[in-house]
Amino acid sequence: MNMVVCCKQVIDPEAPPASFSIDSAANKVIPPAGIPPVVNPFDEQAVEAALRVKDAIGGKITVISLGVNLTRDVIKKPLSMGADELILLEDEAFEGGDSWSTAYALAMAIKKVGEYDIIFCGRQASDWDAGQVGLGIAEILGIPSVTVAKKAEVINGKARVERVVADGYEIVEVTLPALITITNELGEARYPTLRGIMAAAKKQPIIWKPADIEVESSQIGAAGRRAKLVKLFQPVREGKCEIIEGDDVADTAAKLAMKLRGLKVI
Amino acid sequence: MAEYKGVMVLGEVIDGKLAAIATEILGCGRRLADELKEELSCILMGGEVAKVADEVIAFGADKVYIAEDSLLKDYRTDSYIVVTEKIVQEATPRILLLGQTAVGRDLAPKLAFRLGTSLATDCLELEVDTEAKLLSATRSVYGGNARAIFTSESLPQMATARQKAMSPLERDDSRKGETISVKVEIDPAEIRTNVIEKVKEEAVGIKLEDASIIVSGGRGIGGPEGFKQLEELAKILKGAVGASRPPCDNGWTPTTAQVGLTGKIVAPDLYIAVAISGASQHLAGCSGSKNIVAINRDAEANIFKEACLGVVTDWKQIIPPFTEKVRELMAG
Repeated sequence: MNMVVCCKQVIDPEAPPASFSIDSAANKVIPPAGIPPVVNPFDEQAVEAALRVKDAIGGKITVISLGVNLTRDVIKKPLSMGADELILLEDEAFEGGDSWSTAYALAMAIKKVGEYDIIFCGRQASDWDAGQVGLGIAEILGIPSVTVAKKAEVINGKARVERVVADGYEIVEVTLPALITITNELGEARYPTLRGIMAAAKKQPIIWKPADIEVESSQIGAAGRRAKLVKLFQPVREGKCEIIEGDDVADTAAKLAMKLRGLKVI
Repeated sequence: MAEYKGVMVLGEVIDGKLAAIATEILGCGRRLADELKEELSCILMGGEVAKVADEVIAFGADKVYIAEDSLLKDYRTDSYIVVTEKIVQEATPRILLLGQTAVGRDLAPKLAFRLGTSLATDCLELEVDTEAKLLSATRSVYGGNARAIFTSESLPQMATARQKAMSPLERDDSRKGETISVKVEIDPAEIRTNVIEKVKEEAVGIKLEDASIIVSGGRGIGGPEGFKQLEELAKILKGAVGASRPPCDNGWTPTTAQVGLTGKIVAPDLYIAVAISGASQHLAGCSGSKNIVAINRDAEANIFKEACLGVVTDWKQIIPPFTEKVRELMAG
């Protein structure tokens, strides 16, 4: 089973909200000081999904990451978890893209990889939260897709996927090759083992430039954008919280209940 | 090249009923269409959907495209996209709106790529510049930490709307509209996915999305036993139990209870957040609540910034006496 997983390096979404700030002149988020970037958690779970398939039936996992200033320790984490190969689309020409230009570059890189049965992506990246790149790759490659999966197995040459919907989940069977996007309900991604970390340290990522994947510079990065970012800003929170205090917990509990009765909500 | 004109929405029908999100995007679509002085149309797709066409008109549509086929009974990307693509190519709307639902988040990006246009997902606000006829889409980004406004010159201008972010119109059954039956041509061989089973996981009682009171627990609850206490409180309040992501990922509560960016979007009258720190991605799912009560032992927890009432204490101390007091009040 040949699998490709697309992983994005992002600002740590678990960083305290107080550390979040924006450069409004540049319409960019300022990376918080002292907090290293991470692999998008949904993408990490996509690696986990691929590893579970590999554990069950064997196979090869190729990870592709697109971006600039990719921190090696961060972006090599999928290798230390057990992925076999890492390809980086690392070039300034890839920077500043939107879902369109990113999906296009990744799809062209996957074409160059050649043989693939399943492509895994996270359901969305924790920075722009758009959830479009995976589906875009599937559309460009002309393969079927199943999104928001909490489980993916390969049975009799097809993928059997549990797709999360509002009132539960659907079991969907899809022909291969296919693209599957993974959601957090898959469960935690495994921790790299010491052996994995040592093996990853020895592996060098393969770097591909735009010319290597035969893409037009007008179609990638900022040049290939179809959506224009007009403004990026932080919403204002009112922050008027009344703290209820009583003589003891019973008193506090009673005051809270009476307050809610006063607001006519209970 | 055909002229792109008008606003079109995709109206979801669930179990034979028009979904709430459909009325919300119809309300938004009507406002945009009125500002542009153009028409609002709606696509209905499914096994049997024609019966809600009158309702779609009553909620604001001028025109309803009806696509019925047994192959459209279950949502499948490959069948739905063929039909939507055909209708959109023929009707050439200037703006196309879907809901950010299990269907919309799957169909909209794929359709945008197929049509060669751009899409703004999970929008909180949609406005139109009537001169440039440009849709301005406000989205929540960075897990709710920031907002971004996007526009795109490519047509149709597509967006999906977050659930409960837009207001429906008052239903008006005197409204008139036209219905158009669409000939569905799907080659079953081209549908590459098959829904084998649908597993319902919803807890019994009031649905989270419909509840006017929600008692929600976070990582600090510590295990499934704690959720039993929250269930008891919710039952007395005739509400539902929700959760932030960690309890769902840890299996303390069903994943259908998850409130947040990647779970359900709720807007009850009262949201009691118990041992929830208030990560932005959780707040994205509950910040529309009319009243938020925060119970957390950490006075610095982010949830207090969003709450109107707060108690700084260990939840285990306060929930039992609070439950008893509420029981008294509800009985009296």
